[in-house]
Amino acid sequence: MEERIITAIIAVIGVPAVLVAYIWGTEQVLRIFPEGLKPRLRPWLWMAPALGLLGLFLVYPMVGTIIASLQNTTGTEWVGLENFGWFFGSNDALSALKNNVLWLIFLTLFTVGFGLIVAVLVDRVRYETAAKSVIFLPLAISMVAAGVIWLYMYQYKPPGAVQTGTLNAAVGALGAGPIPWLQVQDFSVNTFMLIIVMTWMWTGFGMVIISAALKGINPELLEAGRVDGANEWQVFRGIIFPLLVPTLVVVGTTMIITALKAFDIVYTMTGGNLETDVIANLMYKQMFRVGEFGRASAVAVVLLLAIVPIMFFNIGRFRAQEAVR
Amino acid sequence: MTAAATPIAEARPRVRRFGRLRSGGIGLHTVVIVLMVIWAVPTVGLLINSVRPGQEAASSGWWTAIFPPYQFTFENYAHVLEQSNIGTNFLNSLIISIPATVIPIFVAAFAAYAFSWMEFPGRNVLFVVVVGLLVVPLQATLIPILKLFAGWGIAGTFLAVWLAHTGYGLPFAIYLLRNFMGSLPREVFESAAIDGASPVTAFFRLAIPMSVPALAALAIFQFLFVWNDLLVALIYIGAVRPDNLPLTVSIAGLVTSIGGGTEFLGAAAFLSMLLPLIVFFALQRYFVRGIVGGSVKG
Repeated sequence: MEERIITAIIAVIGVPAVLVAYIWGTEQVLRIFPEGLKPRLRPWLWMAPALGLLGLFLVYPMVGTIIASLQNTTGTEWVGLENFGWFFGSNDALSALKNNVLWLIFLTLFTVGFGLIVAVLVDRVRYETAAKSVIFLPLAISMVAAGVIWLYMYQYKPPGAVQTGTLNAAVGALGAGPIPWLQVQDFSVNTFMLIIVMTWMWTGFGMVIISAALKGINPELLEAGRVDGANEWQVFRGIIFPLLVPTLVVVGTTMIITALKAFDIVYTMTGGNLETDVIANLMYKQMFRVGEFGRASAVAVVLLLAIVPIMFFNIGRFRAQEAVR
Repeated sequence: MTAAATPIAEARPRVRRFGRLRSGGIGLHTVVIVLMVIWAVPTVGLLINSVRPGQEAASSGWWTAIFPPYQFTFENYAHVLEQSNIGTNFLNSLIISIPATVIPIFVAAFAAYAFSWMEFPGRNVLFVVVVGLLVVPLQATLIPILKLFAGWGIAGTFLAVWLAHTGYGLPFAIYLLRNFMGSLPREVFESAAIDGASPVTAFFRLAIPMSVPALAALAIFQFLFVWNDLLVALIYIGAVRPDNLPLTVSIAGLVTSIGGGTEFLGAAAFLSMLLPLIVFFALQRYFVRGIVGGSVKG
């Protein structure tokens, strides 16, 4: 036990010390080079640790995953697109893919929509800070803890027993029978229940970003609209909303990525059973339960391909921002 | 930027206004308060159930405990700390999170400074690559890195997760810090250079002190990300070294082994939320700044 604490202390103090010494050392090393060469070498020395780590932990493994997806489980033989053939021929994989589409559409819609509504509403009350804290808080906790919290919410006892789950007690108070929320597969009800958990967590994310953009709108603009006789709804519809669209797009793209990568909630709450699987969990199962590294890599590549358009969209957006700078 | 809207001062306030829109009536307050209650109920329910005796929690809803007679107890917490490894897991979470927060900040600060204040060919292209890497799903990196760690003989160790979290956290860290450092006044760095200050001096004496808000935001963001992480720990520590597992993995394990909804699980989950909640309430302003700064550029 003491040993691991000592290791951690060494890491916390030692690694930054080594890095600072490295940067200081680069300046000493640069002294031996002619004056003209220094500014050309210096940036590369400053970026070397970051570039090395990015290459090792993101670029190299991405290429490795793509290669592994074209090989057999042990990586000894090229199998072409066989692993992808399995993916698009397997009911489990297609069901996971379908669920990810549900996640993508509804998580994005819910978080952007609720985020916008909450941001606009709390902007008009005096206890704005308190209201925002309450909505934002779930984002600070882990998805595992959120999963546990919602297992209590969704808890199901057979009809006749006392319902200790909040949702079933509420349903009971309305006179309806208890519903086993996470087991209802019709209309993917159980998947929607998982999406609701993530919505609860991520609405605060949309809210703070949209709220920041809202505060940036010039109040004179809104006042001008009011002077011209527009009511509050028309001010929102005609002035505020159009100005917020770029921000809504930013939140939306982040949520699409979050939806595609969804894993923790599914792993914790249902384990992907009863038709609630998603591709990230499917990959985990192929990797560790079945040991099919080729297939798991193919699943990861499908996920990567789904994200590539957003990657280019973000780069385009970044370039446009830089041009304005 | 993130401060609450201040009432607009007027010479003769006829209509009281708060924020950008006119203050609404009773309907608005009802909607806002209902939303607040809906958002708070799940967490409050867990918290209350975690301090109720097991039999009580199993036979009646948490809301019944709000009314007397009160029967609160900490026995669930005592049980969780004694019977399971939650205490060790808590310590492991700390040992994983702190270095995995500190290391990427240093590495990213150097790179961000070079991106902001040094001229070199390919600077923009390279930064575009960083922006592209922001969205790479971790899943696409797991298998090759796992093999790499196995080859180095560090699979299951803290070192493996520190390295992995550093690599995964870097694109966001570089992006956030570069945007902040790049917006610092150019004159400051130019006059420092004229006065003969080396880039190292300018970095430690000017860039770092001026970037404290961004560094704080990044530190909180990365800390919460690592503390709350399940996937990275599950894959790289996983079954290899169960004694090194953080809280998230062991709680997820508890759910599958003892099932959802028992009082012990609530206590364990609440223990895992303790630190994030403290960070959240103490440093919310910086946390918000990290999120907003990473998404929309000011």
